[in-house]
Amino acid sequence: MAQILSPLPGTFYRSASPDQPPYKADGDAVSAGDVIGLIEVMKSFHEVRAETAGTNIRFIADNEDPIMAGAPIADLD
Amino acid sequence: MAVKVISPGLSTSVQDLGRPGHYHVGIPEGGGMDRFATRIANLLVGNNPGAAVLEATFMGPELEFTQSAVVAVTGGELPPKLNGEERPTWESFPVKAGDRLSFGFLKGGARAYLAVSGGIDVPVVLGSRSTYILGALGGHQGRTLKAGDELPLGEGSGKAGLSLPANLRRAGNSPAELRMLPGMYWHRITEAAGNRFFEETWKVAPEADRIGYRFRGGTPLEFVEREQPFGAGSDPSNIVDACYPYGSVQVPSGTEPIVLHRDAVSGGGYMMLGVVISADMDLIAQLQPHTPARFVPVTLEDALAARTEQRAALARAEGHLAG
Repeated sequence: MAQILSPLPGTFYRSASPDQPPYKADGDAVSAGDVIGLIEVMKSFHEVRAETAGTNIRFIADNEDPIMAGAPIADLD
Repeated sequence: MAVKVISPGLSTSVQDLGRPGHYHVGIPEGGGMDRFATRIANLLVGNNPGAAVLEATFMGPELEFTQSAVVAVTGGELPPKLNGEERPTWESFPVKAGDRLSFGFLKGGARAYLAVSGGIDVPVVLGSRSTYILGALGGHQGRTLKAGDELPLGEGSGKAGLSLPANLRRAGNSPAELRMLPGMYWHRITEAAGNRFFEETWKVAPEADRIGYRFRGGTPLEFVEREQPFGAGSDPSNIVDACYPYGSVQVPSGTEPIVLHRDAVSGGGYMMLGVVISADMDLIAQLQPHTPARFVPVTLEDALAARTEQRAALARAEGHLAG
């Protein structure tokens, strides 16, 4: 099992904008480099990418959650 | 004779101790937001305390050295890694040509300061090497670093293995306690609103940056009724334009206090509740978004005593490093 950690502190978002579907749904497979969410900090948005491929992504952080650097965002099999 | 930027991090810029003397024409003092960490990083690598360093916000850069040097990382807990191997913070260590310096995830604080022996030798603009990003002035081409940048280094000779023990560094509290001197426009809010402002716990907003630290989560301020003076805007938080001191706490529309920091704008039309005292400005530099914080009212005598104590703490640290 692998964990995707937040590289930054800020606010976590699961989709590119409120009217868009989430980048990934729970249970999706993920390829290395896939965007799985956004972190908003200092008036800009930063993509969070999976560093390794995996299956069955399970999000730990919810949409709009405050998040600290190094905090787990999702688990991967 | 350089440091190459492989990846820049989130917002990494060249900073020194700033360029005082131009605020009256709108150019802020600037410089490292955590001045203690800026000075100590330099002293650890044998530099003058005002040499230029890199300030990395929330996330570290990846750098490659083209020459041997001594480096040190201070400020927030952003663990340095030399060729992938972790190195301590607040301690100088050697690098050689071809070495890569990267950073792990931020473990505490918000901003790390990387000093390199000899200092980052960008041109001096208006007496300082600091980057004023909003004004595209100073530093490396007036901006935050980008991949591919090469930063020249000055001549230096640092000693590896010099460190500042934890008891000589400033520890933050949680919630952060920011001492504040109530000021000129305090009379604009009701007594109940003033009491609540100090009683409530606020949280750092994700928008906080080098210009100002915004806080939210407290109750909006109630203003004392008045007829708007000539020249002031229509919002009850508006005033006839005034100078904004460094550290001043403005509350646009009475909702979210903003503490102006080192790249502050120099004036405008929002009333200020007071100023965060100079001794606590370094603490603000190390607050991550969503960190709880309280404003604590103090007197001018308290503020001056805190400044004296802060200078004594800096002198103790400098004394330790001078051996």
